[in-house]
Amino acid sequence: MTLRSYVISRILLTVPMILILLTIVFVIVRVLPGDPVLLHFEKMENPRAMEEMRQKLGLDKPIWIQYFDYLFNLLRGDLGKSMQDYSPVASQILSAFPATLELAIFSMIIAVSIGIFLGVETSKSYNKPKDHIVRVFGIVTYAVPVFFLGMVFQIVFGVGLHWLPVGGRIYPTMEPSGLKISLSQPPGGFATHLLLSCAAGLVAVTLCTIVLKIKDRKTTRKILGLLILVFLAVWIIWAAVGWRFITLGELRISTGLYTVDSILEGNLYKFAEALRYLCLPSLTLGLVLSGVFIRLTRSNMLETLRLDFVTAAKARGLKEITVTYGYAFRNAFLPILTMMGLQFATLLAGAVLTETTFSWPGLGRYIVDRINFRDYTAIQGAVVFYGILVSLVSLVVDLLYAYFDPRIRL
Amino acid sequence: MSKLEVKRSMLASIVPGVTSLAKRGLAGWLVVIGTIIVWSIIVMTLLAPWISPYDPSTRGINVGRPLTPPNPQFPFGTNDLGQDMLSRTIAGGSVMLQVAVLSVIICLVIGVPMGLFSSYIGGVLDRATCLVMDSVYAFPGLILAIAIAATLGRGVVNMALSIAVVYVPSYFRVIRSQVLSIKEMPYVEAAKSIGAKNRTILFKYILPNVIPSIVVVATVNFADAILTAAGLTFIGLGVEVDIPDWGWDLANGRRLLPSGVWWVITFPGIFIILLALGFTLVGEGLSELLNPKLAER
Amino acid sequence: MRAVDRVSFILDRAETIGVVGESGSGKSTLGLSLIRLVPPPGRIIGGHIWLEGTDLLKLREEEMRNVRGRKIAFVFQDPMTSLNPVKKIGEHFEELIRTHEPKTSRGEALKRAERLLGDVGIQPERINDYPHQLSGGMRQRVMIALAIALNPSIVIADEPTTALDVIVQAKILDLLKNIQNSYAMALILITHDLSIALERCNKILVMYAGHMVENASTKNIYNNPQHPYTRGLLKSIPNIELAEQKLEAIPGSPPDLLNLPKGCRFWPRCPSAMEKCREAEPQPVETEPGHLVRCFLYGDDRK
Repeated sequence: MTLRSYVISRILLTVPMILILLTIVFVIVRVLPGDPVLLHFEKMENPRAMEEMRQKLGLDKPIWIQYFDYLFNLLRGDLGKSMQDYSPVASQILSAFPATLELAIFSMIIAVSIGIFLGVETSKSYNKPKDHIVRVFGIVTYAVPVFFLGMVFQIVFGVGLHWLPVGGRIYPTMEPSGLKISLSQPPGGFATHLLLSCAAGLVAVTLCTIVLKIKDRKTTRKILGLLILVFLAVWIIWAAVGWRFITLGELRISTGLYTVDSILEGNLYKFAEALRYLCLPSLTLGLVLSGVFIRLTRSNMLETLRLDFVTAAKARGLKEITVTYGYAFRNAFLPILTMMGLQFATLLAGAVLTETTFSWPGLGRYIVDRINFRDYTAIQGAVVFYGILVSLVSLVVDLLYAYFDPRIRL
Repeated sequence: MSKLEVKRSMLASIVPGVTSLAKRGLAGWLVVIGTIIVWSIIVMTLLAPWISPYDPSTRGINVGRPLTPPNPQFPFGTNDLGQDMLSRTIAGGSVMLQVAVLSVIICLVIGVPMGLFSSYIGGVLDRATCLVMDSVYAFPGLILAIAIAATLGRGVVNMALSIAVVYVPSYFRVIRSQVLSIKEMPYVEAAKSIGAKNRTILFKYILPNVIPSIVVVATVNFADAILTAAGLTFIGLGVEVDIPDWGWDLANGRRLLPSGVWWVITFPGIFIILLALGFTLVGEGLSELLNPKLAER
Repeated sequence: MRAVDRVSFILDRAETIGVVGESGSGKSTLGLSLIRLVPPPGRIIGGHIWLEGTDLLKLREEEMRNVRGRKIAFVFQDPMTSLNPVKKIGEHFEELIRTHEPKTSRGEALKRAERLLGDVGIQPERINDYPHQLSGGMRQRVMIALAIALNPSIVIADEPTTALDVIVQAKILDLLKNIQNSYAMALILITHDLSIALERCNKILVMYAGHMVENASTKNIYNNPQHPYTRGLLKSIPNIELAEQKLEAIPGSPPDLLNLPKGCRFWPRCPSAMEKCREAEPQPVETEPGHLVRCFLYGDDRK
């Protein structure tokens, strides 16, 4: 099958799949409970208010018309109106979504990193104690409820050790819609910092070169890299700690991802703060998710390490790191990519619980809030959003896989 | 052998099978340990009315001073309503177990026949069913369960239904892949050529071969159901307040955390982990034992 | 289960020794164990490997890594699966040379690679190709070029021609011979084909079920085969010059190494088996200078 025909057929397949999902959601939220408005009010106390709501939300029309309205509105990007205040659900979702996206990205990074690292390391010690421990770890992380782990982290790191914050997304003064306390700039300002550190770096390198008379390019590069790392570490620690003596103003939002926005604004202190709050939630979600990646990497590596060209590489005396990562891992990588796409759905599901635990203002917490308000139209809109999002992501992953898979390409 | 005889002989071999399992290496041990864990918790839950020192339901409020940390009188401490956490922990698994068992039953009743018939008959119907199943399968399970539970309301049955809907596609897929491969086998063709009815083929040839995979999926289903039920309760879609439930304790205990009250969530949480872990171990072990070719080496 | 049990031989500079045996005789395992790459769960449990005065079994892994590729090179059986499919040919050489001689620049390494490819008869432009773009014979040549790249003292070739067709076989073997002569390398040729060994090797080591059963110079093996197994192998080689020839195969099949018969491992198939053979394992006996046999037919306690 050529690449082009696969792409076309795959894209075409997405349409009926999304349609089916939309129908299922519609059936669940509108048809199953009978009358969502009744459910919302719980008791038949105020018929006039109920009728008014029905009219405003278009719930008084016959079911078939509602269904087509629903589909048609979706094409226009209208996800319905909230039962609480008739504001458009779509804009509420879009303002809550970046938080979930940020959490999802960082959690995935953590999950994949842990998974790959442990998976590769353990594949080298097949059937030894280290292997068994890691395998058990992978199984256990799956059995732990994500919210329980979150709470454990909150107790240990938040309440017990006071290292990391227990909830919320960013320090209150930096919250875009929060209070504005004092707006003083950090001492020195970003630009001064940048200039000073560059100068310091150059001076250090020159000194080293003179003192050690290093002519080897490789070693100079290593030392330069080391210095950059030291500089960044000091800067981040200063930002994280010196923060206590500084009051920062609002964070300017461009993308909605606080980590990205703070860098765009050029303020490393705000970046450190955003990371500080992101730490525990993404660690929780990432850990729970990592089990899958550990097992996948491990089994792929075990298979690949047994192949001839790996032994041939070892027979040529290549370094172990080269063999493990350059040979075995390169070939085991592709399934991990697919798994990342597959786990995206699980990630979103887990995010609901994580966001509730950490009061993270994302889409998951939005849904839980709406449930408490019995806001069924909003719930419907959110679930629809999830459905479309997941379908698109799996489409992209499948296409990427097809692009990289040598069998389809060559 | 008729289907009933097959089942009976399988049951009969389970009991002496345990000791032989332990001899089958690591996988066997996993199954044994997992089964022990699960059965212990089930027994504990069943015996709860007799072994819990205090009444875990709302009638047992204020048996002790609220929010006391673990001490000799209340080994697991008390919660904000003055209830004994030990009793609540002993009795708290019943809702989850009920939900899990019910959801598996629903899945088996709906998913297995669907999988068998659809993949065996093939054609447009099969394609359509596949499409529906794939769509649901790709969707984040918890969110769909939330949507269903939110609209149907609270209660064990509704929770079980929502979990079952999310899990049926998994059974469907597994059965389908098995059926498709067995369908082409020579002995099935041979049976067809001597005029065996489709029904016979399905139940006597295909079903027995599919059962091991179903069992494995069912154990994973159990584990997932436990975690999802806990999650649903945590969000507030679980059962009524009166019934002692681990998920509810976690939700309740969460409010108490900033004051440093750690014991309300710890013990129920550990038991949730144990129960889910038990099922997962059984599933892992069984999957290695039953499918040695596909097992990761 | 001992895949290789008390096998020893001596190899001199620029000599070729053929290790001959059926599949399952342990010859491949022997080859891999010489560079300490026995696949787990197998491992080396005893013995010595002396290379230019050093016992390789006493080296640390890091030092052994230095030996591999540089002092001892290995050519694998199946060229289809021995090269990394995602790396270009040139990158294979680059990697190899710069691992063992880190001060070499990329350019130098590639130039050497081109020269080596020329030595084995491949056009230098092929350096930018991927392994799947080359034929089987060419890939094997690349493997040989990689093997000789750092001028090793020994090259171990594990059935280097089994995966190739007959005409290419001869060319590859000739190539190995030429390289040996130009570079003064010793060659351990592992093969199941005794005729190849007779043609190309100075010495021959015959293995059966993990044991060395006969070890002698080629001339002696041909003129004076002593072990019944060796004799059987010789009788089964077709001779193109004879008009009519009755080929005799050795009846039976190699033993299951997990379930060895008591006594000499060959006795179930041996035409000269004696009572003694069922009871005890014969020890190697030197029947003439440099000619070792493991058989009760020879030695002081003949019946």
